[in-house]
Amino acid sequence: MSERKLFKGNEAVAEAAVRAGCRYFFGYPITPQNEIPEYMSRRLPEVGGCFLQAESEVAAINMVYGAASAGARVMTSSSSPGISLKQEGISYIAGSLLSPLIVNMVRGGPGLGDIQPAQSDYFQATKGGGHGDYRLIVFAPASIQEMVDLIYISFETGEKYRMPVMILADGVLGQMMESVEFPAMKEPKDPKSSAYGVTGAQGRPARVVKAFDLDPELMYNLNEKLADTWKKAEESEVRVEEYLMDDAEFALVAYGTSSRICRSVVDKARSEGVKLGLIRPITVWPFPKKAIGKAAGKVRGFLTVEMSLGQMVEDVRLAVDGKKPVYLHAVPGGLIPKRDEVLAQVKSIIQGKGV
Amino acid sequence: MQKEYILSGFGGQGLMLAGVLLSEAGILDGKNVSWIPSYGPEMRGGTANCAVVVSEEPIGSPIVDNPDVVIAMNLPSMDKFEPLIKKGGLMVFNSSLIKSTPKRDDLTYVAVPANEIAESLGSEKVANMVMLGAMLKADGWVSTSSLGKVIEKKMTGSKAKFIPMNIAAIKKGEEIAG
Repeated sequence: MSERKLFKGNEAVAEAAVRAGCRYFFGYPITPQNEIPEYMSRRLPEVGGCFLQAESEVAAINMVYGAASAGARVMTSSSSPGISLKQEGISYIAGSLLSPLIVNMVRGGPGLGDIQPAQSDYFQATKGGGHGDYRLIVFAPASIQEMVDLIYISFETGEKYRMPVMILADGVLGQMMESVEFPAMKEPKDPKSSAYGVTGAQGRPARVVKAFDLDPELMYNLNEKLADTWKKAEESEVRVEEYLMDDAEFALVAYGTSSRICRSVVDKARSEGVKLGLIRPITVWPFPKKAIGKAAGKVRGFLTVEMSLGQMVEDVRLAVDGKKPVYLHAVPGGLIPKRDEVLAQVKSIIQGKGV
Repeated sequence: MQKEYILSGFGGQGLMLAGVLLSEAGILDGKNVSWIPSYGPEMRGGTANCAVVVSEEPIGSPIVDNPDVVIAMNLPSMDKFEPLIKKGGLMVFNSSLIKSTPKRDDLTYVAVPANEIAESLGSEKVANMVMLGAMLKADGWVSTSSLGKVIEKKMTGSKAKFIPMNIAAIKKGEEIAG
Protein backbone atom coordinates (compact mmCIF):
# COMPACT_ATOMS: atom_id res chain seq x y z
CA MET A 1 0.00 0.00 0.00
CA SER A 2 1.40 3.36 -0.98
CA GLU A 3 1.46 6.30 1.42
CA ARG A 4 -1.16 9.02 1.59
CA LYS A 5 0.05 12.15 -0.15
CA LEU A 6 -1.39 15.64 -0.12
CA PHE A 7 -2.22 16.28 -3.76
CA LYS A 8 -3.97 18.99 -5.70
CA GLY A 9 -6.99 17.68 -7.61
CA ASN A 10 -5.72 18.66 -11.05
CA GLU A 11 -2.32 17.11 -10.47
CA ALA A 12 -3.94 13.98 -9.08
CA VAL A 13 -6.02 13.70 -12.27
CA ALA A 14 -2.86 13.78 -14.35
CA GLU A 15 -0.95 11.31 -12.19
CA ALA A 16 -3.91 8.91 -12.09
CA ALA A 17 -4.18 9.00 -15.89
CA VAL A 18 -0.47 8.22 -16.26
CA ARG A 19 -0.86 5.30 -13.86
CA ALA A 20 -3.87 4.11 -15.85
CA GLY A 21 -1.62 3.80 -18.89
CA CYS A 22 -2.37 7.10 -20.62
CA ARG A 23 0.69 8.19 -22.62
CA TYR A 24 -0.74 10.97 -24.78
CA PHE A 25 -2.16 14.33 -23.78
CA PHE A 26 -3.34 17.08 -26.10
CA GLY A 27 -4.83 20.24 -24.68
CA TYR A 28 -5.05 23.97 -24.51
CA PRO A 29 -4.79 26.03 -21.29
CA ILE A 30 -7.77 27.33 -19.37
CA THR A 31 -8.43 28.05 -15.68
CA PRO A 32 -9.24 26.21 -13.40
CA GLN A 33 -7.58 23.10 -14.84
CA ASN A 34 -4.15 24.38 -15.88
CA GLU A 35 -2.28 22.17 -13.45
CA ILE A 36 -3.35 19.12 -15.49
CA PRO A 37 -1.43 20.08 -18.67
CA GLU A 38 1.35 21.60 -16.58
CA TYR A 39 1.84 18.32 -14.73
CA MET A 40 1.53 16.27 -17.90
CA SER A 41 4.10 18.39 -19.71
CA ARG A 42 6.64 17.27 -17.12
CA ARG A 43 5.38 13.78 -16.37
CA LEU A 44 4.62 12.27 -19.78
CA PRO A 45 8.17 12.65 -21.15
CA GLU A 46 9.40 10.82 -18.03
CA VAL A 47 7.38 7.74 -19.01
CA GLY A 48 8.01 7.89 -22.74
CA GLY A 49 4.71 9.59 -23.54
CA CYS A 50 3.85 12.68 -25.52
CA PHE A 51 2.48 15.98 -24.21
CA LEU A 52 1.49 18.49 -26.81
CA GLN A 53 -0.06 21.90 -26.30
CA ALA A 54 -2.25 22.44 -29.34
CA GLU A 55 -2.95 25.77 -31.00
CA SER A 56 -6.60 25.56 -29.94
CA GLU A 57 -9.16 23.33 -28.28
CA VAL A 58 -10.46 22.31 -31.70
CA ALA A 59 -7.00 21.15 -32.72
CA ALA A 60 -6.48 19.40 -29.38
CA ILE A 61 -9.63 17.28 -29.57
CA ASN A 62 -8.82 16.29 -33.14
CA MET A 63 -5.33 15.22 -32.05
CA VAL A 64 -7.07 13.13 -29.42
CA TYR A 65 -9.26 11.71 -32.19
CA GLY A 66 -6.17 10.82 -34.17
CA ALA A 67 -4.31 9.14 -31.32
CA ALA A 68 -7.43 7.21 -30.27
CA SER A 69 -7.91 6.10 -33.89
CA ALA A 70 -4.41 4.67 -33.77
CA GLY A 71 -5.31 2.63 -30.68
CA ALA A 72 -3.63 4.76 -28.01
CA ARG A 73 -4.79 5.60 -24.51
CA VAL A 74 -5.15 9.36 -24.78
CA MET A 75 -6.76 12.18 -22.88
CA THR A 76 -7.54 15.86 -22.96
CA SER A 77 -8.73 18.24 -20.29
CA SER A 78 -10.33 21.64 -20.29
CA SER A 79 -12.95 23.74 -18.59
CA SER A 80 -16.41 24.72 -19.77
CA PRO A 81 -15.77 27.17 -22.67
CA GLY A 82 -12.95 24.94 -23.90
CA ILE A 83 -15.12 21.82 -23.67
CA SER A 84 -17.75 23.61 -25.75
CA LEU A 85 -15.14 24.13 -28.46
CA LYS A 86 -14.39 20.41 -28.36
CA GLN A 87 -17.97 19.26 -28.91
CA GLU A 88 -17.70 18.67 -32.63
CA GLY A 89 -14.66 16.46 -32.12
CA ILE A 90 -16.32 14.61 -29.24
CA SER A 91 -19.29 13.82 -31.48
CA TYR A 92 -16.94 12.48 -34.18
CA ILE A 93 -15.03 10.44 -31.59
CA ALA A 94 -18.24 8.97 -30.20
CA GLY A 95 -19.46 8.19 -33.72
CA SER A 96 -16.15 6.47 -34.43
CA LEU A 97 -16.60 4.27 -31.36
CA LEU A 98 -13.39 5.49 -29.70
CA SER A 99 -12.81 5.88 -26.00
CA PRO A 100 -10.46 8.66 -24.94
CA LEU A 101 -10.72 10.34 -21.54
CA ILE A 102 -12.05 13.90 -21.44
CA VAL A 103 -11.83 15.89 -18.22
CA ASN A 104 -14.03 18.93 -17.64
CA MET A 105 -13.24 21.10 -14.60
CA VAL A 106 -16.48 23.01 -14.90
CA ARG A 107 -16.56 26.78 -14.29
CA GLY A 108 -19.37 29.29 -14.23
CA GLY A 109 -21.12 30.12 -17.50
CA PRO A 110 -22.67 30.76 -19.93
CA GLY A 111 -20.19 32.22 -22.38
CA LEU A 112 -16.73 32.87 -21.06
CA GLY A 113 -18.49 33.03 -17.68
CA ASP A 114 -16.06 33.15 -14.78
CA ILE A 115 -13.39 30.88 -13.36
CA GLN A 116 -15.21 29.71 -10.24
CA PRO A 117 -16.58 26.18 -9.73
CA ALA A 118 -19.94 25.28 -11.28
CA GLN A 119 -22.07 22.33 -12.38
CA SER A 120 -23.78 23.99 -15.29
CA ASP A 121 -22.35 21.66 -17.96
CA TYR A 122 -24.46 18.71 -16.83
CA PHE A 123 -26.76 18.80 -19.86
CA GLN A 124 -23.80 19.11 -22.21
CA ALA A 125 -22.01 16.17 -20.57
CA THR A 126 -24.92 13.78 -20.18
CA LYS A 127 -27.19 14.48 -23.14
CA GLY A 128 -24.58 14.68 -25.89
CA GLY A 129 -23.20 18.21 -26.17
CA GLY A 130 -22.42 17.90 -29.85
CA HIS A 131 -24.65 16.83 -32.71
CA GLY A 132 -26.15 13.44 -33.34
CA ASP A 133 -27.25 10.66 -31.01
CA TYR A 134 -24.38 9.87 -28.70
CA ARG A 135 -23.63 9.54 -25.04
CA LEU A 136 -20.51 9.62 -22.91
CA ILE A 137 -19.89 7.60 -19.79
CA VAL A 138 -19.75 10.45 -17.29
CA PHE A 139 -18.18 10.08 -13.87
CA ALA A 140 -18.88 12.78 -11.28
CA PRO A 141 -16.37 12.31 -8.46
CA ALA A 142 -16.84 14.05 -5.12
CA SER A 143 -13.31 13.75 -3.74
CA ILE A 144 -9.80 13.67 -5.11
CA GLN A 145 -9.40 10.04 -4.09
CA GLU A 146 -12.58 9.11 -5.92
CA MET A 147 -11.45 11.10 -8.97
CA VAL A 148 -8.16 9.15 -8.98
CA ASP A 149 -9.93 5.80 -8.61
CA LEU A 150 -12.41 6.56 -11.40
CA ILE A 151 -9.73 7.76 -13.81
CA TYR A 152 -7.80 4.58 -13.07
CA ILE A 153 -10.66 2.47 -14.44
CA SER A 154 -11.89 4.94 -17.04
CA PHE A 155 -9.89 3.64 -20.01
CA GLU A 156 -10.96 0.03 -19.47
CA THR A 157 -14.57 1.09 -19.02
CA GLY A 158 -14.47 3.20 -22.17
CA GLU A 159 -12.72 0.49 -24.19
CA LYS A 160 -15.24 -2.11 -23.00
CA TYR A 161 -18.16 -0.14 -24.43
CA ARG A 162 -16.20 1.75 -27.07
CA MET A 163 -17.53 5.01 -25.66
CA PRO A 164 -15.68 8.18 -24.67
CA VAL A 165 -15.43 8.73 -20.92
CA MET A 166 -15.80 12.10 -19.25
CA ILE A 167 -14.80 13.18 -15.77
CA LEU A 168 -17.28 15.89 -14.83
CA ALA A 169 -15.67 17.77 -11.96
CA ASP A 170 -15.40 21.46 -11.13
CA GLY A 171 -13.05 24.18 -9.99
CA VAL A 172 -13.23 23.05 -6.35
CA LEU A 173 -12.13 19.49 -7.15
CA GLY A 174 -9.42 20.79 -9.46
CA GLN A 175 -8.02 23.36 -7.08
CA MET A 176 -8.37 21.72 -3.68
CA MET A 177 -5.84 19.44 -2.03
CA GLU A 178 -6.66 16.26 -0.17
CA SER A 179 -4.70 13.24 0.86
CA VAL A 180 -4.75 10.51 -1.76
CA GLU A 181 -3.34 7.07 -2.22
CA PHE A 182 -2.39 6.30 -5.80
CA PRO A 183 -2.96 2.89 -7.35
CA ALA A 184 -0.02 1.02 -8.88
CA MET A 185 1.39 1.96 -12.27
CA LYS A 186 -0.30 -0.05 -15.01
CA GLU A 187 1.81 -1.26 -17.88
CA PRO A 188 0.72 0.94 -20.80
CA LYS A 189 -1.13 -0.93 -23.49
CA ASP A 190 0.68 -1.21 -26.79
CA PRO A 191 -1.46 0.80 -29.25
CA LYS A 192 -0.70 -1.87 -31.85
CA SER A 193 -2.59 -4.42 -29.76
CA SER A 194 -5.81 -2.44 -30.18
CA ALA A 195 -8.67 -4.52 -31.55
CA TYR A 196 -10.04 -1.66 -33.64
CA GLY A 197 -7.31 0.95 -34.09
CA VAL A 198 -5.75 1.68 -37.46
CA THR A 199 -2.37 0.19 -36.66
CA GLY A 200 -1.13 -1.00 -40.04
CA ALA A 201 -3.01 -3.63 -42.05
CA GLN A 202 -0.19 -5.93 -43.01
CA GLY A 203 -1.47 -9.49 -42.79
CA ARG A 204 -5.04 -8.52 -41.95
CA PRO A 205 -7.98 -6.74 -43.57
CA ALA A 206 -7.81 -2.96 -43.40
CA ARG A 207 -9.78 -1.20 -40.66
CA VAL A 208 -11.59 2.07 -41.11
CA VAL A 209 -12.25 4.49 -38.27
CA LYS A 210 -14.87 7.04 -39.24
CA ALA A 211 -18.10 8.68 -38.18
CA PHE A 212 -19.58 9.01 -41.62
CA ASP A 213 -21.64 6.95 -44.02
CA LEU A 214 -23.64 8.21 -46.95
CA ASP A 215 -25.82 5.12 -46.80
CA PRO A 216 -28.56 5.85 -44.24
CA GLU A 217 -29.14 2.12 -43.71
CA LEU A 218 -25.56 1.75 -42.51
CA MET A 219 -25.87 4.87 -40.34
CA TYR A 220 -29.09 3.41 -38.95
CA ASN A 221 -27.16 0.26 -38.04
CA LEU A 222 -24.47 2.29 -36.28
CA ASN A 223 -27.13 4.10 -34.24
CA GLU A 224 -28.74 0.77 -33.35
CA LYS A 225 -25.37 -0.45 -32.18
CA LEU A 226 -24.95 2.68 -30.05
CA ALA A 227 -28.38 2.20 -28.49
CA ASP A 228 -27.53 -1.41 -27.70
CA THR A 229 -24.26 -0.31 -26.07
CA TRP A 230 -26.02 2.29 -23.94
CA LYS A 231 -28.46 -0.33 -22.72
CA LYS A 232 -25.60 -2.55 -21.59
CA ALA A 233 -23.81 0.37 -19.91
CA GLU A 234 -27.03 1.37 -18.15
CA GLU A 235 -27.39 -2.17 -16.83
CA SER A 236 -23.82 -2.55 -15.57
CA GLU A 237 -22.06 0.75 -15.02
CA VAL A 238 -24.34 2.77 -12.74
CA ARG A 239 -22.55 3.95 -9.61
CA VAL A 240 -24.30 5.68 -6.76
CA GLU A 241 -23.70 6.28 -3.07
CA GLU A 242 -26.52 6.45 -0.56
CA TYR A 243 -25.81 8.24 2.70
CA LEU A 244 -28.17 7.60 5.65
CA MET A 245 -31.01 6.69 3.31
CA ASP A 246 -32.20 3.61 5.26
CA ASP A 247 -34.53 5.54 7.55
CA ALA A 248 -34.60 8.84 5.63
CA GLU A 249 -37.91 10.66 5.38
CA PHE A 250 -36.60 13.21 2.92
CA ALA A 251 -33.74 12.96 0.43
CA LEU A 252 -31.19 15.31 -1.03
CA VAL A 253 -29.82 14.47 -4.46
CA ALA A 254 -26.48 15.97 -5.44
CA TYR A 255 -23.22 15.03 -7.15
CA GLY A 256 -19.63 16.24 -6.96
CA THR A 257 -18.83 19.30 -4.88
CA SER A 258 -22.45 20.09 -4.02
CA SER A 259 -22.86 16.53 -2.69
CA ARG A 260 -20.09 17.18 -0.18
CA ILE A 261 -21.97 20.19 1.13
CA CYS A 262 -25.12 18.06 1.22
CA ARG A 263 -23.36 15.46 3.32
CA SER A 264 -22.67 18.20 5.87
CA VAL A 265 -26.33 19.26 5.59
CA VAL A 266 -27.44 15.69 6.36
CA ASP A 267 -25.16 15.51 9.41
CA LYS A 268 -26.46 18.83 10.72
CA ALA A 269 -30.08 17.85 10.05
CA ARG A 270 -29.63 14.52 11.83
CA SER A 271 -28.13 16.29 14.86
CA GLU A 272 -31.36 18.31 14.98
CA GLY A 273 -33.56 15.23 14.64
CA VAL A 274 -34.48 15.69 10.96
CA LYS A 275 -34.32 12.33 9.16
CA LEU A 276 -32.55 13.46 6.03
CA GLY A 277 -30.56 11.30 3.61
CA LEU A 278 -28.45 11.83 0.51
CA ILE A 279 -28.39 10.07 -2.85
CA ARG A 280 -25.16 10.85 -4.65
CA PRO A 281 -24.85 9.84 -8.30
CA ILE A 282 -21.25 8.88 -9.06
CA THR A 283 -22.11 8.20 -12.68
CA VAL A 284 -24.40 10.91 -14.03
CA TRP A 285 -24.57 8.96 -17.28
CA PRO A 286 -25.70 6.24 -16.87
CA PHE A 287 -27.93 7.90 -14.29
CA PRO A 288 -28.92 6.00 -11.12
CA LYS A 289 -32.61 5.90 -11.98
CA LYS A 290 -33.31 2.75 -9.98
CA ALA A 291 -31.88 4.04 -6.69
CA ILE A 292 -33.91 7.22 -6.98
CA GLY A 293 -37.03 5.39 -8.13
CA LYS A 294 -36.75 3.06 -5.16
CA ALA A 295 -36.28 5.95 -2.74
CA ALA A 296 -39.41 7.57 -4.20
CA GLY A 297 -41.35 4.71 -2.61
CA LYS A 298 -40.38 5.72 0.91
CA VAL A 299 -39.31 9.37 1.26
CA ARG A 300 -41.73 12.31 1.33
CA GLY A 301 -39.83 14.23 -1.30
CA PHE A 302 -36.51 15.16 -2.86
CA LEU A 303 -34.40 18.29 -2.97
CA THR A 304 -31.83 18.42 -5.75
CA VAL A 305 -28.89 20.68 -4.95
CA GLU A 306 -26.94 21.94 -7.93
CA MET A 307 -24.37 24.59 -8.75
CA SER A 308 -26.46 25.57 -11.79
CA LEU A 309 -29.98 26.75 -12.47
CA GLY A 310 -31.10 23.13 -12.26
CA GLN A 311 -30.13 20.49 -14.81
CA MET A 312 -29.82 17.14 -13.05
CA VAL A 313 -33.18 17.91 -11.43
CA GLU A 314 -34.80 16.89 -14.73
CA ASP A 315 -33.26 13.42 -14.54
CA VAL A 316 -34.32 13.16 -10.91
CA ARG A 317 -37.90 14.04 -11.87
CA LEU A 318 -37.87 11.43 -14.64
CA ALA A 319 -36.64 8.81 -12.16
CA VAL A 320 -39.20 9.82 -9.51
CA ASP A 321 -41.86 9.73 -12.22
CA GLY A 322 -44.32 11.97 -10.42
CA LYS A 323 -44.52 9.78 -7.31
CA LYS A 324 -43.18 12.46 -4.99
CA PRO A 325 -42.39 16.16 -5.25
CA VAL A 326 -38.92 17.10 -6.44
CA TYR A 327 -37.62 20.52 -5.39
CA LEU A 328 -34.54 22.42 -6.47
CA HIS A 329 -31.83 24.35 -4.65
CA ALA A 330 -30.06 26.17 -7.45
CA VAL A 331 -26.83 28.15 -7.01
CA PRO A 332 -25.59 29.21 -10.45
CA GLY A 333 -22.79 31.37 -11.72
CA GLY A 334 -19.78 30.01 -9.86
CA LEU A 335 -21.04 30.29 -6.30
CA ILE A 336 -21.27 27.39 -3.89
CA PRO A 337 -24.34 26.28 -1.92
CA LYS A 338 -24.21 27.09 1.78
CA ARG A 339 -24.98 24.32 4.24
CA ASP A 340 -27.32 26.40 6.39
CA GLU A 341 -29.29 27.69 3.41
CA VAL A 342 -29.85 24.19 2.05
CA LEU A 343 -30.92 23.01 5.50
CA ALA A 344 -33.28 25.96 5.87
CA GLN A 345 -34.96 25.02 2.59
CA VAL A 346 -35.28 21.37 3.65
CA LYS A 347 -36.94 22.41 6.91
CA SER A 348 -39.24 24.84 5.18
CA ILE A 349 -40.40 22.13 2.75
CA ILE A 350 -40.87 19.53 5.48
CA GLN A 351 -42.84 21.94 7.65
CA GLY A 352 -45.03 22.84 4.71
CA LYS A 353 -43.96 26.47 4.74
CA GLY A 354 -43.11 26.48 1.07
CA VAL A 355 -40.17 25.94 -1.19
CA MET B 1 -14.48 16.37 15.73
CA GLN B 2 -13.55 18.80 12.99
CA LYS B 3 -11.84 22.18 12.85
CA GLU B 4 -11.96 24.69 10.04
CA TYR B 5 -9.21 27.20 9.37
CA ILE B 6 -8.71 30.21 7.16
CA LEU B 7 -5.20 31.54 6.60
CA SER B 8 -5.15 34.93 4.95
CA GLY B 9 -2.71 37.67 4.06
CA PHE B 10 -0.93 39.48 1.26
CA GLY B 11 0.20 37.40 -1.69
CA GLY B 12 3.82 36.52 -0.91
CA GLN B 13 3.43 36.24 2.87
CA GLY B 14 3.37 32.47 2.58
CA LEU B 15 -0.17 31.72 3.73
CA MET B 16 -0.89 29.20 0.97
CA LEU B 17 2.23 27.29 1.95
CA ALA B 18 1.36 27.59 5.64
CA GLY B 19 -2.01 26.02 4.82
CA VAL B 20 -0.36 23.17 2.94
CA LEU B 21 2.00 22.52 5.87
CA LEU B 22 -0.93 22.61 8.30
CA SER B 23 -2.71 20.06 6.09
CA GLU B 24 0.30 17.76 5.90
CA ALA B 25 0.74 17.96 9.67
CA GLY B 26 -2.93 17.00 10.01
CA ILE B 27 -2.32 13.94 7.83
CA LEU B 28 0.62 12.96 10.05
CA ASP B 29 -1.68 13.29 13.05
CA GLY B 30 -3.89 10.68 11.35
CA LYS B 31 -6.69 13.03 10.39
CA ASN B 32 -8.52 13.78 7.16
CA VAL B 33 -7.65 17.11 5.60
CA SER B 34 -8.74 19.37 2.77
CA TRP B 35 -7.04 22.52 1.49
CA ILE B 36 -8.50 24.94 -0.98
CA PRO B 37 -7.14 28.28 -2.16
CA SER B 38 -9.03 31.38 -3.13
CA TYR B 39 -8.21 31.18 -6.82
CA GLY B 40 -9.92 34.20 -8.28
CA PRO B 41 -8.02 36.65 -10.46
CA GLU B 42 -5.47 37.26 -7.69
CA MET B 43 -2.53 39.59 -8.10
CA ARG B 44 0.86 39.94 -6.50
CA GLY B 45 0.50 42.08 -3.40
CA GLY B 46 -3.26 41.51 -3.26
CA THR B 47 -4.86 39.40 -0.55
CA ALA B 48 -4.88 35.64 -0.84
CA ASN B 49 -6.33 33.05 1.45
CA CYS B 50 -6.77 29.35 1.79
CA ALA B 51 -9.21 27.24 3.76
CA VAL B 52 -8.10 24.10 5.57
CA VAL B 53 -10.35 21.52 7.20
CA VAL B 54 -8.84 18.98 9.61
CA SER B 55 -11.27 16.30 10.70
CA GLU B 56 -11.60 12.91 12.33
CA GLU B 57 -14.53 12.22 9.97
CA PRO B 58 -14.71 12.25 6.16
CA ILE B 59 -14.77 15.92 5.19
CA GLY B 60 -18.00 17.31 3.77
CA SER B 61 -17.55 20.73 2.31
CA PRO B 62 -13.96 21.93 1.84
CA ILE B 63 -15.38 25.45 1.61
CA VAL B 64 -15.21 27.28 4.92
CA ASP B 65 -17.87 29.92 5.53
CA ASN B 66 -17.51 30.17 9.30
CA PRO B 67 -14.04 29.16 10.45
CA ASP B 68 -13.10 28.03 13.96
CA VAL B 69 -9.70 29.66 13.57
CA VAL B 70 -8.29 32.45 11.42
CA ILE B 71 -4.72 33.53 10.86
CA ALA B 72 -4.74 37.13 9.61
CA MET B 73 -1.43 38.43 8.33
CA ASN B 74 -2.73 41.84 7.29
CA LEU B 75 -5.54 44.26 8.03
CA PRO B 76 -7.78 43.41 5.04
CA SER B 77 -7.71 39.79 6.20
CA MET B 78 -8.68 40.73 9.74
CA ASP B 79 -11.50 42.97 8.51
CA LYS B 80 -12.82 40.28 6.17
CA PHE B 81 -12.76 37.25 8.44
CA GLU B 82 -13.18 38.59 11.99
CA PRO B 83 -16.99 38.77 11.66
CA LEU B 84 -17.19 35.24 10.21
CA ILE B 85 -15.41 33.29 12.95
CA LYS B 86 -17.57 30.95 15.00
CA LYS B 87 -18.51 32.07 18.50
CA GLY B 88 -15.74 31.08 20.87
CA GLY B 89 -13.28 30.79 18.01
CA LEU B 90 -9.70 31.94 17.67
CA MET B 91 -8.14 34.86 15.79
CA VAL B 92 -4.36 34.91 15.51
CA PHE B 93 -3.30 38.20 13.97
CA ASN B 94 -0.04 39.76 12.87
CA SER B 95 0.37 42.73 15.21
CA SER B 96 3.40 43.90 13.22
CA LEU B 97 1.01 45.04 10.49
CA ILE B 98 -2.38 45.19 12.20
CA LYS B 99 -2.77 48.05 14.63
CA SER B 100 -6.55 47.94 15.04
CA THR B 101 -8.11 46.54 18.17
CA PRO B 102 -10.26 43.40 18.34
CA LYS B 103 -13.94 44.05 17.68
CA ARG B 104 -15.55 40.97 19.25
CA ASP B 105 -15.76 39.85 22.86
CA ASP B 106 -16.65 36.23 22.08
CA LEU B 107 -13.33 35.26 20.47
CA THR B 108 -9.86 34.49 21.75
CA TYR B 109 -7.30 36.83 20.21
CA VAL B 110 -3.59 36.17 19.99
CA ALA B 111 -1.47 39.12 18.83
CA VAL B 112 1.81 38.01 17.24
CA PRO B 113 4.45 40.53 16.13
CA ALA B 114 5.38 38.06 13.40
CA ASN B 115 7.44 40.32 11.16
CA GLU B 116 9.65 41.55 14.01
CA ILE B 117 10.19 38.05 15.35
CA ALA B 118 10.95 36.68 11.90
CA GLU B 119 13.46 39.46 11.22
CA SER B 120 15.17 38.78 14.53
CA LEU B 121 15.54 35.15 13.43
CA GLY B 122 17.19 36.20 10.21
CA SER B 123 14.45 36.43 7.58
CA GLU B 124 11.05 38.06 7.29
CA LYS B 125 10.04 35.06 5.21
CA VAL B 126 9.49 32.88 8.27
CA ALA B 127 6.77 35.19 9.61
CA ASN B 128 4.24 32.65 8.37
CA MET B 129 5.88 29.94 10.49
CA VAL B 130 5.79 32.18 13.58
CA MET B 131 2.05 32.64 13.02
CA LEU B 132 1.52 28.94 12.45
CA GLY B 133 3.42 28.05 15.62
CA ALA B 134 1.33 30.50 17.64
CA MET B 135 -1.90 29.26 16.11
CA LEU B 136 -1.15 25.57 16.70
CA LYS B 137 -0.24 26.24 20.31
CA ALA B 138 -3.36 28.29 21.01
CA ASP B 139 -5.63 25.94 19.05
CA GLY B 140 -4.16 22.56 19.94
CA TRP B 141 -5.91 20.49 17.26
CA VAL B 142 -2.89 19.79 15.06
CA SER B 143 0.43 19.08 16.77
CA THR B 144 3.52 21.24 16.36
CA SER B 145 5.65 18.09 16.44
CA SER B 146 3.94 16.89 13.25
CA LEU B 147 4.50 20.32 11.70
CA GLY B 148 8.20 20.04 12.52
CA LYS B 149 8.35 16.61 10.89
CA VAL B 150 6.63 17.93 7.77
CA ILE B 151 9.16 20.76 7.46
CA GLU B 152 12.06 18.37 7.87
CA LYS B 153 10.60 16.08 5.21
CA LYS B 154 9.80 18.80 2.69
CA MET B 155 12.87 20.99 2.96
CA THR B 156 15.54 18.96 1.28
CA GLY B 157 18.65 19.64 -0.76
CA SER B 158 19.59 23.30 -0.90
CA LYS B 159 16.62 24.17 1.32
CA ALA B 160 17.69 21.88 4.19
CA LYS B 161 19.79 24.68 5.70
CA PHE B 162 16.62 26.66 6.40
CA ILE B 163 15.09 23.95 8.62
CA PRO B 164 16.54 25.30 11.92
CA MET B 165 15.25 28.83 11.19
CA ASN B 166 11.78 27.52 10.46
CA ILE B 167 11.72 25.34 13.55
CA ALA B 168 12.93 28.31 15.63
CA ALA B 169 10.13 30.43 14.14
CA ILE B 170 7.51 27.86 15.14
CA LYS B 171 8.95 27.73 18.69
CA LYS B 172 8.87 31.52 18.99
CA GLY B 173 5.27 31.50 17.89
CA GLU B 174 4.43 28.85 20.47
CA GLU B 175 6.07 30.94 23.20
CA ILE B 176 3.98 33.99 22.29
CA ALA B 177 0.76 31.98 22.38
CA GLY B 178 1.73 30.05 25.50
